[in-house]
Amino acid sequence: MKSKHLLVALSLLVVIAMLVGCAQQATPAPGGQQQGAKPYIPVISKGFQHQFWQAVKQGAEQAAKDYNVDITFEGPETEAQVDKQIEMLQAALAKNPAAICFAALDSKAAIPLLEQAKAKNIPVVGFDSGVDSDIPIATAATDNVAAAAYAADKMAELIGGSGKVAVLVHDQTSRTGIDRRDGFVNRIKEKYPNIEIVSVEYGGGDHLKSTEIAKAVIQANPDLKGYFGANEGSIIGVLNAVKELGMEGKLVVIGYDAGKQQKEAVRSGVEAGAITQNPIGIGYKCVEAAVKAIRGESVPKVIDTGFYWYDKTNMDDPKIAPLLYD
Amino acid sequence: MATREASATTRLSARTLFRSEAAQKLLAFGALIVIFIFFSVVSPFFLTRDNVIGILLATAVNGILALGVTFVIITAGIDLSVGTVMTLSAMTTAVAIAVWGLPIPLGILVGLLTGGVAGLVNGLVISRMKIPPFVATLGMMMMARGLALVIPAALFGSVKPVYFTDTPVFNQITMGSVIGSVIPALPVPNAVLILFGAALIASFILTKTILGRYAVAIGSNEEATRLSGVNVANWKTAIYALCGLFSGLAGVVIASRLNSAQPGLGAGYELDAIAAVVIGGTSLSGGEGTILGTLIGAFLMSTLTNGLRILGVPQEWQMVVTGAIVILAVYLDILRRRAR
Repeated sequence: MKSKHLLVALSLLVVIAMLVGCAQQATPAPGGQQQGAKPYIPVISKGFQHQFWQAVKQGAEQAAKDYNVDITFEGPETEAQVDKQIEMLQAALAKNPAAICFAALDSKAAIPLLEQAKAKNIPVVGFDSGVDSDIPIATAATDNVAAAAYAADKMAELIGGSGKVAVLVHDQTSRTGIDRRDGFVNRIKEKYPNIEIVSVEYGGGDHLKSTEIAKAVIQANPDLKGYFGANEGSIIGVLNAVKELGMEGKLVVIGYDAGKQQKEAVRSGVEAGAITQNPIGIGYKCVEAAVKAIRGESVPKVIDTGFYWYDKTNMDDPKIAPLLYD
Repeated sequence: MATREASATTRLSARTLFRSEAAQKLLAFGALIVIFIFFSVVSPFFLTRDNVIGILLATAVNGILALGVTFVIITAGIDLSVGTVMTLSAMTTAVAIAVWGLPIPLGILVGLLTGGVAGLVNGLVISRMKIPPFVATLGMMMMARGLALVIPAALFGSVKPVYFTDTPVFNQITMGSVIGSVIPALPVPNAVLILFGAALIASFILTKTILGRYAVAIGSNEEATRLSGVNVANWKTAIYALCGLFSGLAGVVIASRLNSAQPGLGAGYELDAIAAVVIGGTSLSGGEGTILGTLIGAFLMSTLTNGLRILGVPQEWQMVVTGAIVILAVYLDILRRRAR
C-alpha cells in the first residue's frame, strides 16, 4: 500500500521531468561547440520580470533571428541577488557558449568567472550597466548621466527655473542608480542655482515602497514643484503618491523608461514627460556585437544605444512609439 | 497537537520508524539520482566536471543554512531569519576584516558570533517572551535586514557592498581548492568541504549529543519533555542559537565566495533553506529529521536549478517546476505518515 503511493509519487516526478524535457524540444538544444549547430549566446541580465528587461529580451531575440544564432535570456528575481546571477553565469559557461552577453549586478563578484571566459576565448559583451572591467570587448548601454542631465534641463524649464524638487531613485549601489542620480543632481547644482533638491531617496524600484516614500516627501514639502523618478518602479511610486494625495497637475513629474502606467500618465498629462532608453536596441546591439566578435569582426568598445525625451506631443511618433514598452 | 501526539506514539514502534525514515531518505536520494540521470541524458553539458563542481558550489550556502534550520524544524519550530542573519553576518565579517583590519580568523569569528547572537536572541524571545517562533524570527528577519543596511550607511554614508580588496586570502577560504592542490584534476572549491564539514558536525550534534536528543524530544512532545524534568526553555534557546551559528557560517561563506558583503542580499533565502529541509524528509510538525536528508534536499534543489538552466528552460518555468517539486516532496512526506 505504502510503496504503491510512493511509486505513484515518484513516477509523477519523472513525468514532470519529461514534460520539461519536451517543452525544451520546442527550442533547439544549445550548443556553441557542436558542429553544424548555430552559435549559442547566453544573455544574462539583471532581471527578467521587469518590462524593461522583457524589451531588452525582445531586441536580443530579434538579433538572434537576424543573425541566425541561438540565445537564452535570464536574470535573477531581484537586483540584490548577486550570487544567483553568478550561478547563472556559471551554468552558462558550462555550456561552452560562443559568446556571452552580460549585465553585471556586481562587477567585482563576477570577475573570476569572466576571467574563465576570457581564458576559454569566449568573448564577453556587456550591456546596460555593463561590467566594470577590461574583459568585455564592448558594452551596449545608455549614457545615463547625459540622459538624466537632460531630464534635469526639462525639469528646470517646466518649473520655471526656480523652486524645490525631489528625486526618487531605485538604489544607491547599481551603476544606473548612481549615474541617473548624479546626472540629474549635478546638472541642477551646476546650472540652476535657484532650484533646490530637497530629497534624494531610494525605493528599491518597489512600487509600494516608492509610493510611501514619495507621499512622505510631498507631504513634508508643501511647496514642492517637481519630482524626478529615476526608473519605472520609482516613477510609478511618485505617480501613485500624486494620485493618492490629489495633487494631479500641481507637481511637475518627470520619469524614466516606459511601462503602461507611466505611458497613461504621460498621455493624460499627470506626468510631464520622461526619458526613454532604447531597451530593444540594447538587447539587439549586444547580441549583434557578440555575433561580430564570434566572426572576428571589430566591434567598438562603447555602443551608445541612445535616449529620447517623450511627452504627450511626441509619444506616438513612429521613432519613439516602438521604444515605449507596455 | 494531535499529530504531535500521534508521532510520539508511533515513536514507540522503533521498527516502523526505522523503515519509514529509511524509505524517505532512499526516496529523496532516488529522486536526486533520477533528476541527475535525466539531465545527463538530455544535455551534453550537464554531466561535466566543471558543471558538477558548479552544482556542489551552488549548494554550499543554502545547504549550510538548511543544516541550522533542520534543528529548529525538528523542535517543531521555524526560523525565518536565517537568510538576512546570514547577510548581517557577512556584513560584520566584512567590517571586521576590510574596515577594522582585524586578522581573518578573528573576522570569521565575528561573523559566526553575529549569527550566534541573533539566534540566541531568537531563542530568548521564543522561550522567555513566549512569542511564537514564526513571529519572533520574522521580526529578527526584518531587524537583521535593516541592520545589514544600517552598517554600511553608518560607515560610508551610503548603502553599498563592502569588498575584501586588501585581503585576497579571504576569497581563497571558499574559492581556493585544497582537494585541487592534491588532485589537480578535481578542483573542488573549499566551500564544498566547508558544507560537508558543517554537515558532519551537525549530524554529530543531532545524533550523538544531548542537544540533538532534546531537540527531537521537544519536537515530539514538548509538554512531556518539560514534565520529565528537562529545561525546555534553555534547550530551545540553545537550538536557536545553534541555528544562528550556522547562519553566521553561511554569511562568512557567501562573503568569501562573492569577495564582498552585499547588503541587499538574503531575503527569500530562508524559504529555500526550509524547502531543502522539508524535501529531505524533516517533518514540519517536529520530532524527526536527519542531516543527511537535508543535505540531499539541498543538493536536489541546486541540481534542479542548474539542470533547468543548462536546458535553457525559460526562467518562469524553472520556478513552476521547482515549486511543484517542493509540493511533491511534502506530499510524499504526508503519504508516508498516512501509511504508518
